[in-house]
Amino acid sequence: MPIKPLSFQGLILKLHDYWSRQGCAILQPYDVEIGAGTLSPMTVLRTLGPRPWKAAYVQPSRRPADGRYGENPNRLRQHHQYQVILKPNPENLQELYLGCLEAIGIDPKVHDIRFVEDDWENPTVGAWGLGWEVWCDGMEITQYTYFQQVGGLDVFPVAGELTIGLERLSLYLQDVDNVYDLQFNDEFTYGDIYLANEQQFSSFELEVADVDTAKRQFEDMEREVPRILAMKGRQGQSLALPAYDHVLKASHLFNIMDARGAIAVAERQSYIGRIRDLCKMCAESWVTDEGVN
Amino acid sequence: MPQLLLELLSEEIPARMQAQAAKDLERMARERLAAEGLLPEALKTFAGSRRLTLVAEGLPEAQKDRHEEVKGPRSNAPEQALDGFLRKTGLKKSDLTERDGIWYANVHKPGRPTPQIVAEMIEAIVRGFPWPKSMTSGVSKLKWVRPLRRILCVFDGHVVPFQIDGLSSGNVTEGHRFMGSGQPFSVKDFDAYAEKLEKHFVVLDPEERKDRILDAAKTLCFARNLELVEDQGLLDEVAGLVEWPIPVMGDMDPVFLDLPAEVIRTSMRVHQRYFAVRDPKTGKLAPHFVTVANIDATDGGKTIALGNAKVLSARLSDARFFWTEDRKTTLEARLEKLKGVTFHAKLGAMYERVERLEMIAGAMAPRVGADVAKAVQAARLAKSDLTTGVVGEFPELQGIMGGYYATAEGLGPLVAEAIREHYRPAGPADEVPDRPVSMAVALAEKLDTLVGFYAIGEKPTGSRDPFALRRAALGVIRIVLASELRLPLREVVADWYRSLRCFVDPGRALWVSTPKLTAHLGARGRAKSQEFSVYLREFDEALLDGVPQVVAMDREVDLEFDRLEREKPEGEILFEFRRYDEVVEEVVAFFADRLEVWLRDRGQRHDLVAAIFALGDDDLVRIVARVSALDAFLKTEDGTNLLAGYKRAVNILKAEEKRGALPSGLPARMGASSPEELALIVAVGDLDAKLDAAVDAENFVGAMQLLSKLRAPVDAFFDKVLVNSDVSDERDNRLRLLVRVRDAMGQVADFSQVTG
Repeated sequence: MPIKPLSFQGLILKLHDYWSRQGCAILQPYDVEIGAGTLSPMTVLRTLGPRPWKAAYVQPSRRPADGRYGENPNRLRQHHQYQVILKPNPENLQELYLGCLEAIGIDPKVHDIRFVEDDWENPTVGAWGLGWEVWCDGMEITQYTYFQQVGGLDVFPVAGELTIGLERLSLYLQDVDNVYDLQFNDEFTYGDIYLANEQQFSSFELEVADVDTAKRQFEDMEREVPRILAMKGRQGQSLALPAYDHVLKASHLFNIMDARGAIAVAERQSYIGRIRDLCKMCAESWVTDEGVN
Repeated sequence: MPQLLLELLSEEIPARMQAQAAKDLERMARERLAAEGLLPEALKTFAGSRRLTLVAEGLPEAQKDRHEEVKGPRSNAPEQALDGFLRKTGLKKSDLTERDGIWYANVHKPGRPTPQIVAEMIEAIVRGFPWPKSMTSGVSKLKWVRPLRRILCVFDGHVVPFQIDGLSSGNVTEGHRFMGSGQPFSVKDFDAYAEKLEKHFVVLDPEERKDRILDAAKTLCFARNLELVEDQGLLDEVAGLVEWPIPVMGDMDPVFLDLPAEVIRTSMRVHQRYFAVRDPKTGKLAPHFVTVANIDATDGGKTIALGNAKVLSARLSDARFFWTEDRKTTLEARLEKLKGVTFHAKLGAMYERVERLEMIAGAMAPRVGADVAKAVQAARLAKSDLTTGVVGEFPELQGIMGGYYATAEGLGPLVAEAIREHYRPAGPADEVPDRPVSMAVALAEKLDTLVGFYAIGEKPTGSRDPFALRRAALGVIRIVLASELRLPLREVVADWYRSLRCFVDPGRALWVSTPKLTAHLGARGRAKSQEFSVYLREFDEALLDGVPQVVAMDREVDLEFDRLEREKPEGEILFEFRRYDEVVEEVVAFFADRLEVWLRDRGQRHDLVAAIFALGDDDLVRIVARVSALDAFLKTEDGTNLLAGYKRAVNILKAEEKRGALPSGLPARMGASSPEELALIVAVGDLDAKLDAAVDAENFVGAMQLLSKLRAPVDAFFDKVLVNSDVSDERDNRLRLLVRVRDAMGQVADFSQVTG
């Protein structure tokens, strides 16, 4: 570890620098509420179809049910994931990944790095893959997956995905116990920047958000997706990208209803199934166009 | 003789799949080599986190030439058929031989070089390898457990050249991911391979890795006056996660020691794969752990120890938070939440299951000598821990945590123990509960699962047993036999049907229709169960005589009997169960089947179980006593001979039955009776009554002794007397005698089901 540990923002910059050198497009976060970096269309849709793809981005990931009003030292309703997606996965992806750890100061001759079986699955987007959780000294620092299916469709060429939980990794690198005490940079702590968000949004999502409104909006989104997909763009293409934004919104509305405790156990599977169906429609529409291109 | 060395180097193989993969590789290679007539002198495989290795010693350089007779067309077949056959075999007609109207060709197959066969074999093995889950990567279509990176294949010092989906074989491999030189190296044979791997920080043999882990971990503990908590399953797993195992000891904050030991151990084992450490003086957990690193770290493992300690600390802080929070809510107060937890769509919520458990445990208590109130209370609270934070985090601690919370609430040791043990035995090695309250609840838990799934038609088939009903039945068998409990299985299944009352709630009723009556039990009736006890008994009878249904009700009823035939309930059917009389026989048969398996696993004779179950006995303890008495009897000479006599008698009777009904009545002493016939009449005479008495007294050894007295007269009878006499009175009398023999023996066992 360097004498002065990387700040939160320093960590992101190092990762950007490293993956940029591997030929990745460094993207800006997707601007719709998203539960995980994987769900960004830059991963979900771009892994489908035959075209190669290389990208890296930070994705603020919102999970309303995890809100703790800023009072819990390591639970957040919004954390940040660093997402790398490479399609087809290069043969030396494991070596590239280990290179990225060295770039942020994790020396594999001092730290115990392990690849521990973990079969990744996301029923909401009908996706699964095989890979590992990567452990550093017993801590999970990365989800490493070879995507096999997305939106119920086979992914070929196969895409390799790396997802790094930035807060957790940063806590480790800075040797800090409370996420709000992380140095964001030399001037600000993580708390200076995000504590107010955690406090206000936790109250909103756990108490204030109106369930009826969310439900109504969810149903709106559910109607919109097939309507949008039935239309064609000016150049004759399908409108999978805007349709998929509506799926993301539906997914976030579901998460809000869930955080408000408004989803009964019995309804849960049905909601997830509805979102998966919408997602599958978008995936199929996207692939049809990609195949033509 | 030449040696074959194969290494399949891949990205990290899940630890749990490695041992089986080594076995599969060995089996597939043996089968294929044998099929080609190539028999190695020795064959061994190794599996680790990144490689599967095979070494076969003493293979021939080439296959021997083979001569094979190939069947051709019939000799009267059209000319074209013969031409085709000659083309295929490359022979002339004069080379063929004709036998039984068919042409045969003697084909000479020159043996092929072994490397050629090996190349084909490896491709077939790689493509057909039975990984539990496999994947593709990049642009390759090749399926493997994780991306396959290198194939090393050397035969007799030379590369066996082949390609699988663009991956070429070679004589090169690489060492440890971090500690190796990073440079691939070549090998010429197995010895060089193992030696170079060791130099590049890879321990090839998993057994060697385990030995090194155990030795080093024990040494670390010893140096600090501690003792390693050994755990074979964990050792197997950890040995599959590392190539160069280096145990490192880390410290745990001693404040966590007030957590239940199971919580600490589960967190260490399941989440972190650490070994726990105990203080040999107290036998209690010590505030340390041993993790097994994959590297010999340049700082001696300090960073690794600190990092792991921090992760464990975070995990245990969570657990401690839940442990504190959980104890703020009583188990009783948690019942309400169980209404929202589904047990099974067709069997209702966990709350309803709890109500059934209460009723079944209540009925069970007197049979096992338990205090009824305590058994009911323990059953009621047994599932509450499913809603606690600790069990949410560590599902494997269900039951155990319930026991802790019960103790913390001061519910008394018997209730706490019954909650703690109610899932037991969880596996073949697990202990069985042996205290009455615990037994009542543990039996109720298993019987509710077993009968419940049978009642909705979810029976195990073949290898499919998704609800672990076999384990539940075995659990019942073990508990019952260990404490010699008298448990009439048919009665227990009836208890389950009576517990269907759990579904009665405002808005729904339990409904059943039988040929005699139709009945509704509504919420008001359930509430008034004391006053209604007589009617409820009648209702319970009806439950066992129809198809019970739970129906929606828009009016409130107590208990309604309708003597008119009504085939359908008014409201929507919410749940429906199969008829008791079908289910009870299936459940008893399932127990017979499981008891056979259990006896077989213990090296006992199991084929006699059917002979006893056929009598209709449903008491496991009595069945086992009868089986062992019968077993002992059949081992004696008297037993074997009597069994032969029985079979002879039954065969004669069967043949007679085909011709018409057997004569009824008792055999008489007739003037023409031979002494042997008279002797058998006497022997059988009062045997019935004596056998009855012995069986009633459960004196099965005595019953066998009584039977053994039949042997001599039966043998003599068959020796001297002809059953099929010309005189019809004589014949009928002798048949009556054989019927008596058969029926008398039938009181003890159904000998027709005994083999041999």
